[in-house]
Amino acid sequence: MNAAISAGDTAWVLTATALVMVMTVGLAFFYGGLVRPKNALNTMMMSVVALGLISVQWVLFGYSIAFGHGSPLWGGLAWLGFRGVGVDPDPAYAATIPLQAHAMFQLMFAIITPALISGAIVERMRFRAYVVFLLLWATFIYDPLAHWVWGAGGWLQKLGALDFAGGTVVHISAGVSALVAARMLGARRDFKRTAIVPHNVPLVLLGAGLLWFGWFGFNAGSALAANGLAALAFTNTNTAAAMALVTWACLDLVRTGKITAVGAATGLVVGLVGITPAAGYITAPASLAVGALAALVSYTAIQIRATTRLDDSLDVFSCHGLAGAAGAMLTGVFATKLANPAGGDGWLAGNFAQMGVQLVAVLATVALAALGTAVILTIVKATVGIKADVRAQLRGLDLSEHGEEAYFGEQGAIAGPGTALGESVVVSAVATEPLGAPATG
Amino acid sequence: MKLITTIVRPDRLAEVKAALFRAGVTGITLTRVSGHGGEQEIVEQYRGTTVVMEFHEKVKIEMACSEPFVQPCIDAILSSARTGEVGDGKIFVQPIERVIRIRTGEVDNAALTAVNADAVQREALKHVQHAGAGAGAGEEES
Repeated sequence: MNAAISAGDTAWVLTATALVMVMTVGLAFFYGGLVRPKNALNTMMMSVVALGLISVQWVLFGYSIAFGHGSPLWGGLAWLGFRGVGVDPDPAYAATIPLQAHAMFQLMFAIITPALISGAIVERMRFRAYVVFLLLWATFIYDPLAHWVWGAGGWLQKLGALDFAGGTVVHISAGVSALVAARMLGARRDFKRTAIVPHNVPLVLLGAGLLWFGWFGFNAGSALAANGLAALAFTNTNTAAAMALVTWACLDLVRTGKITAVGAATGLVVGLVGITPAAGYITAPASLAVGALAALVSYTAIQIRATTRLDDSLDVFSCHGLAGAAGAMLTGVFATKLANPAGGDGWLAGNFAQMGVQLVAVLATVALAALGTAVILTIVKATVGIKADVRAQLRGLDLSEHGEEAYFGEQGAIAGPGTALGESVVVSAVATEPLGAPATG
Repeated sequence: MKLITTIVRPDRLAEVKAALFRAGVTGITLTRVSGHGGEQEIVEQYRGTTVVMEFHEKVKIEMACSEPFVQPCIDAILSSARTGEVGDGKIFVQPIERVIRIRTGEVDNAALTAVNADAVQREALKHVQHAGAGAGAGEEES
């Protein structure tokens, strides 16, 4: 055992890793509750499949591309198959935890980021196309981008861009890619034809709660140590989420006269997105401002989006792209070495130049994510086929893509489960004679 | 013989059922229905989506009654389902040509007389007196 390894730091990072893993499950519930019942499983599977696929990709080559000691643009292939990724610390990332702890912690980020995109393309994308997209996006967009910002020698890191836990890498990249994907895929068949409303708001609240819970690992874990910085990030994370929830509720109240549950869930998530890049660099009062402003930006964007023909179904661009960009820029405003001596100073601390650096990081992320997604989707479209046909969409992707239902007997049956009419006829059980059925020729 | 079909508010169902049982009408069929009448539409907001619910949830109750029970049945529904607001529902009365009880083959009025009519009424009254407008005896399953 290496003497430099800290038991406390390692324990916290491994715990945080598990917390971030739960976020992807939370995201599945969050998105799953927002779609219609006939697409609930398909939507949830888009998150769940990432847990499997990206974990495999990460061990085989993902971690190497993202965090290997390569060039400023990518990490290289030296760590293929986790060769050289051992239990000793790598001082380039964290001097007191095993490199494998860092690798697993970062894996959870790599899983949830592409899963975030799925909210923009629900209820209409072929599942096989999504899986191919997921793998290509993680490999050619997420991994290099993570290297730019966090990898040893990454060019945005050298530039001094402040991104504590992934405002650019995770949220702007996912949000922008979601916008491109929604546009290239086209709208759902029912979009603007019939009312499409969340089928299970309690699931949405469950998912939002799990996201908030897991985000403590996401942000406070990004300190990569059990120290004051982790506590600062923890405090800012909770404060911004709470402020965004309150802000969203007030905006709801002013606009419609009622505070909504979907609004509260959305608001808190947007606050968490906004604070992500800033969590370890700003003071608690500043996190109030970040939460409020992120909510304001996102709320406005959602109202505008709803008037357009763009079917970003679950508003991934508004919630992650724009709130992430707002968070990245506000980090440039509020960052101060008073909060984190190892961090940087922003505009209010007299360093206006930081705003320029933040802008470069945002624009570089937007460019890579937008172009990369467009290229990948063009390829997927030409090879595997991308959109479920009208009949499949009307039937629901749970049945057409997965051959199962979230609520058995609901689809196509005259009544729900628990009634005689809702029960299906067993068609393929072993050696069954149809009981009481009239003889037919 | 008349077929009485009534559409009422779901939240008045317990009272309507109790009143019908008190009036001696025990053979009823319930259906959950959606309908559009004069009621104001419910507006729901989900993020940027505004949904106007044009159809309201209602309960449809169908009963076949022999002539002496028709007016008491109507009175029972009127007294129990009315709130005075728009959306209380309707009662439709139609003639019935024939009624046949499947178990015995009895027809018409004989088929309409509940086997345990007296017992059910006594039980219903007892429950209503105990629990106010609570659920009566012989909970109906749809």
